[in-house]
Amino acid sequence: MNLTDLCFSYGEKTILDHFSLELPDTGVTALAGPSGCGKTTLLRILGGLEMPLSGTSDTPPAHRTAFLFQENRLLPGLPAAEQIRVILPRGGDPLPWLDAVGLTKEAETLPGELSGGMQRRVALARCLAYGQDKDLFLLDEPFTGIDPARARSLMDFLRSLDVPVLCTAHDAETLELADRIIRLEGPPLSLTATPRSRHSVPPGT
Amino acid sequence: MKPDFKNRIVKIALPAAFWLAVWQGAAAWVGQELLIPSPLAVLRQLGELAVTFSFWRSAGYSLLRIFCGALGGTFLGILSAVLTCCSRWADRVLSPALRIIRATPVASFIILLLLWFPTGRVPGIISGLMVLPVMWESVGAGIRNTPQELLEMSRAYHFGRRKTVRYVYIPAIRPHFASGVCNAIGLAWKSGVAAEVLCLPKASIGTQIYYSKIYLETPSLFAWTFVVIVLSLLLEKLVRRILGVKGGDTA
Repeated sequence: MNLTDLCFSYGEKTILDHFSLELPDTGVTALAGPSGCGKTTLLRILGGLEMPLSGTSDTPPAHRTAFLFQENRLLPGLPAAEQIRVILPRGGDPLPWLDAVGLTKEAETLPGELSGGMQRRVALARCLAYGQDKDLFLLDEPFTGIDPARARSLMDFLRSLDVPVLCTAHDAETLELADRIIRLEGPPLSLTATPRSRHSVPPGT
Repeated sequence: MKPDFKNRIVKIALPAAFWLAVWQGAAAWVGQELLIPSPLAVLRQLGELAVTFSFWRSAGYSLLRIFCGALGGTFLGILSAVLTCCSRWADRVLSPALRIIRATPVASFIILLLLWFPTGRVPGIISGLMVLPVMWESVGAGIRNTPQELLEMSRAYHFGRRKTVRYVYIPAIRPHFASGVCNAIGLAWKSGVAAEVLCLPKASIGTQIYYSKIYLETPSLFAWTFVVIVLSLLLEKLVRRILGVKGGDTA
């Protein structure tokens, strides 16, 4: 998956300035970098939520991607199972997805009655259910508030779906779980000059 | 004594008893039933009215007219809000008209409509006209305040129009709608009965209030006014129950 010469700005603030990157099309790739460097914006462009001013990308089109927002964005007043049923085709069963994130018992619980980590797992389950037949998962800080053991089992489940994953992260635990790490800095977004991890890979690897 | 019961006494019965005592005191001080009838005289009048067929007929027809008018106004208010929020063109055309309706004195509308419609229709139309801008504003505020992040989520997960309306817009609009309806009911009754007083339809509370004035029957005027207040509160309570709004909290 190639991103070529992408440009994007929020008003006067330039986020992407002729940014190019080659992304692997298998496994889990983590985009690492400090807060505000432009990782989320890059993910939003790939998910079709923002339009770049110029540049091209040959990533799957927006309707073939499943996006997990940095915030949970759960629907108020709907229990956990309904949050997932809403995005499933008619007659779809949300329970296997809740089971995958370890929330079967909370199927009928409203978001306000769940802890922050549980809400994150519901949001993740919804994204996984939506993305089961898609070509790319775009996950913005997927494991915020989730303990490392749970994050590890969720990552294993993600891998079992056999859909490429691109996620942002800045915590060491999540980075440890990824197959590859691309370290970024900015804005404007750029690859770090000196990789700081043995996992770091140059584009195209 | 259960705490709930005790709370009710403190919140409702004590203030009611205080104002009844003030009323009774004022009536005794003035000493003329024509100016201020005593609570007992009004209660007696109400008892006399309640056993007549014409009382229930007048109350029933007024309720029907005002309810139908308010329902129509609510429907048109929702439709106007959707149109003005979705289309800039509709906003430019409809918003000034709705603002004019809101600012126009109700008496002007009543007299004008009396020239156009049969007397029995005017109170309902007036109630609808008064409800329309209130519902337009309330529902419009709900649509404009719909969380953008949920709308973006609905686009990212391809909800489609129907699901977006059901799961994102309706929950966001609901508290604004409930608040608007509760305000609109009181307005519908006030304007509807005022229209009845000026139009004098055959069976109506407004006509009875008008006759109370003509024959200087002040206890009757108080009794009919009491009926209007009770019907308005009952209708508001019913709507609150249907919409799931608790107590005085409408948001």
